[in-house]
Amino acid sequence: MSGRGARWGLIAATVGTLVFIYFPLAVVIAYAFNSSGSTSWPPAGFSLRWVDAALANTGLRDAFVTSVAIAFGASAVALVLGSLAAVAVARYRFFGRQAISFVVVFPIALPGIVTGMALSTTFATTGLPLGLLAIVIGHATFCVVLVYNNVVARMRRVSRSLEEASSDLGADTWQTFRRVTFPTVRSAMLAGALLAFALSFDEVIVTIFTAGGVQTLPIWIFRSFRLANQVALVNVAGLAAILLSVVPVYFASRLTSDTGAVARG
Amino acid sequence: MAILTRDDPAPAPAPAPSGAAAVRLEHLVKRFSGEVGRRVARSTGASPDADTVTAVDGIDLEIRDGEFFSMLGPSGSGKTTTLRLIAGFELPTEGRVYLHGEDVTQRAPFERDVNTVFQDYALFPHMTVGENVAYGLTIRKVPRPERERRVGDALAMVRLNGYERRKPSQLSGGQRQRVALARALVNRPRVLLLDEPLGALDLKLREEMQLELKAIQRDVRITFIYVTHDQEEALTMSDRLAVFNRGRVEQVGSPAEMYERPATAFVAGFVGTSNLLRGDAAMALVGDAGLYTVRPEKIRMAEPNAAVADDEVGADGTIRNVVYLGPDTRYIVVLDAGTELVVTEQNLATSSMEALAAEGRRVRLIWKRHHNFRIGDQEGSRGGGA
Repeated sequence: MSGRGARWGLIAATVGTLVFIYFPLAVVIAYAFNSSGSTSWPPAGFSLRWVDAALANTGLRDAFVTSVAIAFGASAVALVLGSLAAVAVARYRFFGRQAISFVVVFPIALPGIVTGMALSTTFATTGLPLGLLAIVIGHATFCVVLVYNNVVARMRRVSRSLEEASSDLGADTWQTFRRVTFPTVRSAMLAGALLAFALSFDEVIVTIFTAGGVQTLPIWIFRSFRLANQVALVNVAGLAAILLSVVPVYFASRLTSDTGAVARG
Repeated sequence: MAILTRDDPAPAPAPAPSGAAAVRLEHLVKRFSGEVGRRVARSTGASPDADTVTAVDGIDLEIRDGEFFSMLGPSGSGKTTTLRLIAGFELPTEGRVYLHGEDVTQRAPFERDVNTVFQDYALFPHMTVGENVAYGLTIRKVPRPERERRVGDALAMVRLNGYERRKPSQLSGGQRQRVALARALVNRPRVLLLDEPLGALDLKLREEMQLELKAIQRDVRITFIYVTHDQEEALTMSDRLAVFNRGRVEQVGSPAEMYERPATAFVAGFVGTSNLLRGDAAMALVGDAGLYTVRPEKIRMAEPNAAVADDEVGADGTIRNVVYLGPDTRYIVVLDAGTELVVTEQNLATSSMEALAAEGRRVRLIWKRHHNFRIGDQEGSRGGGA
């Protein structure tokens, strides 16, 4: 009896949690395709009217393009720096190796407001103008860890003897990297970059501190949210933000769940 | 097999003058320290707090061209580290490594004419079986037609023809093991290193592969250096073997020498079952207080009052334990003289019931005097001490 009761209790709790998380998202999506302009429940009917309006709105469009560009930039920087750090930490022994691990992971634990403040002050001191480049640098600080973590985890799982076998069969260090190490960590690098993209795309706090006059999509949403004539557009923008965060995360998890097959062998 | 003898007119490695060393190790020492040392110490269970571990502690060895040589020892005895020093994955702290007379101590693995079969096979998971086997040839830029022919031949040798396009993940453990062997042999190295290659296989497959490996080695006449902790495996397959203990070599010799004339108490115990007589027990039974061993299968178990001939030793005792093993039974007998001996008897006419009922019975153990083998004085200096 207690078994059945517990079972139903768990199911109810799970459903409740899922509703709690996903219902608000569903509401945003429903309003994005609403034929009426007001946010009153239930939506009046299905229409692409606000999608068209959003595409026609230059402010929104520019903000979207800016956000995509920043996310690309930040994940590219993260990809290069994170992968290099991961290879170094996983394969070489040097003084301060463990410290690097901590230093790389630290920014993600640091409150965004502190990162933003610190970066803003630093840029002001060094004379680097706020704007696109500043945002990319700011985002990269906490995106590096996503690539780093993914690649380090993969390299720990892939047996060291693969590289030894390659060397044993006559391949020099570079050939071994190109033919064995890189192919086995490639998907982990891509997964990390996708997560970095998603994280950068919807970041607000650091962005506010480093943006100067640049508008990213999240900032556009934040500013337009309270304007009565923009409410319907905000829902469409929200939908875009959801898609650009969820899709990369989905593919990232697909890529890393593959690792079982990659690491075995 | 024709494929693995070098097909160009260059002399094959096989007909080397007797005594020419394929591998010579000169006072090899390997110490691990710091982080690596702690990891090695933990994994070998040597001493969990130590910062520096001496994995290999002064090894001198000569391995002859074309022989099947085994390095036998318990885990943490330094046999795998020695193999890795020969392959070049580790650099020695002291000492030198010679391959066919050439000093290769400081050379990278890819500059040494040896190939390795890894314990975990280390097949490249993103490549097909064919690409795995071809890897060494691809790196050396062997032309495609020759490469394909040699890969085909190597796979045929391990009976995996037709598997070229499979991925390693689609193979069984035994098949992966064969691919790893083919991948190493296709390069026609002069020395092949095998690191417990059969360790992950089940017993039946392991016994099959032992015979197969031995047959392949006879065919290709390549020097095989084989690391194992399984004494039976080492005795069946090897021309000669070295017994490792605590980073040192206890004894080098043929399987028969090892078994019949162990140099130390450790070897007597590790190769076969150790039946040691020492101190008072040795004095009472053999008439000398040295260290003696007698193999369990040389001992006859008789009634308590059985006659003992002049050339025999008789020892009275009580059966403490009976282990029924199918074809034979192992009896552990506590002697009145104050030690324990293991006796194995074939179950020629004994059933398991009869064998097990013998527990607690008084017996007289009888063996020929010349089956007592006196072990050298090394017990204290090597087998026992640090």
